[in-house]
Amino acid sequence: MKLLLAFSRRGQHDPGREPVIARVVTETGVLVNVEKANIDSMAGEMLIDIPDKDADLVRQRLEEMGVTVRVMENAVVRDEEECVDCGACISICPQEVFSFDEEWRLRVKSERCVLCGKCIQACPHGALSQQG
Amino acid sequence: MEKSLDLINARIRDGTARIVTAEEMPGIVDELGEEGALAEVDVVTTGTFGAMCSTGAFFNFGHADPPIRMERVWLNDVEAYAGIAAVDAYLGATEEAESKDHLYGGAHVLEELVAGGTVELRATSRGTDCYPRRSITTELLLDDMNQAVMVNPRNAFQRYNAASNATDRTLNTYMGTLLPRCGNVSYSGAGTLSPLANDPGFRVIGSGVPIFLAGGEGMIVGEGTQHSAGGGFGNLMVAGDMKQMRQEFLRAAVMNGYGVTMYVGVGIPIPVLDTGIVRSTAVRDEDILTDIIDFGTPRRDRPSLATVSYADLRSGSVEIGGETVRTSSLSSYRQARAVAQELKAWIEAGKMELALPTRRIDPAKRSKPMRETAVTPRVRDIMNRQVISITEDEEIRVAAKRLLRDETNHLPVLDGNGTLVGIITTYDVSKAVVTDGRLRQVKDIMTRKVIKTTADEPVDIAARKLEQNNISALPVVDATNRVVGILSAIDLGKLFGGRRRR
Repeated sequence: MKLLLAFSRRGQHDPGREPVIARVVTETGVLVNVEKANIDSMAGEMLIDIPDKDADLVRQRLEEMGVTVRVMENAVVRDEEECVDCGACISICPQEVFSFDEEWRLRVKSERCVLCGKCIQACPHGALSQQG
Repeated sequence: MEKSLDLINARIRDGTARIVTAEEMPGIVDELGEEGALAEVDVVTTGTFGAMCSTGAFFNFGHADPPIRMERVWLNDVEAYAGIAAVDAYLGATEEAESKDHLYGGAHVLEELVAGGTVELRATSRGTDCYPRRSITTELLLDDMNQAVMVNPRNAFQRYNAASNATDRTLNTYMGTLLPRCGNVSYSGAGTLSPLANDPGFRVIGSGVPIFLAGGEGMIVGEGTQHSAGGGFGNLMVAGDMKQMRQEFLRAAVMNGYGVTMYVGVGIPIPVLDTGIVRSTAVRDEDILTDIIDFGTPRRDRPSLATVSYADLRSGSVEIGGETVRTSSLSSYRQARAVAQELKAWIEAGKMELALPTRRIDPAKRSKPMRETAVTPRVRDIMNRQVISITEDEEIRVAAKRLLRDETNHLPVLDGNGTLVGIITTYDVSKAVVTDGRLRQVKDIMTRKVIKTTADEPVDIAARKLEQNNISALPVVDATNRVVGILSAIDLGKLFGGRRRR
């Protein structure tokens, strides 16, 4: 399961100044895969992937440390009305989220998405968006 | 054996004609042989659904009271060409709206009309004795127009070059997003289903032939603009009544960083008259070859990186220089199939009969490049040939002196053989000074990845390199990477000083 973490780095003791991920890993023993991180001077955002069964534990521990946690179920969303099944997104995606089925319909494996946003810009039909 | 068109149309009328799609045909020919397929199949339907920028429609809005002779016309703020009589206009798909808060263009207006939506017509005029009115604003539905005739000057190309990008930065093109270092390949076209791939000799595809156009019944006007069948890039000018069209087969699109375009569904029925037509409609993806072109070369004639078939492209990946590269289609194969299927259903239901061309399209014609009468300025016309350079083993101090003495900001760095290996600027030298003298030689501080140009490169392209890389000079190199000049932003100013050659 993918969790989108947001944390402040304003104050010296804000979670963004602490080794929160390392702490969660050592305390819980859950292996966390950091898929994307965007950290600036005031705040940070991070996308992590963890086994589904450990999600509650990790989430609870992160929230205790002051991190805002959002479960990303469908990171990238496809609007079936707008999509014409062209496939422009397929080769743009670094995570191989998109492919064709036997009927040349677009198949979306959104669990692989790391929210890079490339497909959203590349879609000629404006059919892709990020989960709101 | 041969079959006449009259026989085929008689079979369509009495419901006994055998219609198949171009996707089914190769298998039928394999099974029955050419003679057998000729006896069995009467019509092969083709289809394609992809971005066709060259799309638009003529409208007649009817006369207002008091009447107006429209000189400028906008539909939902997208300008249409109004230089055709009083209340007529042609709206092109790629024309963009004047208020640019989001990309919206002619294609969106056309889709909106076909979907049954309301469009705002705005027009202005200077006013005449017979047409006194000077402006009008009104809301129109497609049904309110007397005529809405789609006329697409250049649709349904025989094949399209595929696109890749060998440069280091992402390119946004009409072929979609092209990732750096040949990170992907983008292609277009329906391969085996593609109309012209099934009749490359233009034997039965020509003027007057009835077609499927965006969900309605249309016809072929003749060869498309830039038709170049001799080189494998034939195309068609097509027309159809927009009032019959459906949104499913007419969709506006935006190519990121490029602009507005329109996805159009086109299908052509091919009468199976003889074994020649059996053979041409038995074409498979494997038989249709195209080149992967490097869009990183910003010129008309771009180099080919590889030649591949549509079977390769549709497999999901191709090989370029030993590397596996993933492919993306810009056109929709599923929709191309839907076009061919629907056309098949029309003919089976007796809704459309076939016709032979009233005028043939030249299968050998080639399009010409533009004749340019003004000389395009080249880098050699304005570059500075007095190049001050330095070698990589010199001390930074020497470089600093040279920059000062020659009042220049850029020093191309050469190796022992005189070839370009780097560049340093006054900024690099200043940076070296503040690092406590740990860096001593030019090669310690030089930029090794030099953005450069050649003497015969058009100045416009060199200027774009300066702008995109936020730099102010480009070394000019020859084929062996020896520096023959330097082009600085200051040299570009010469173009505006009247020294441009005519």
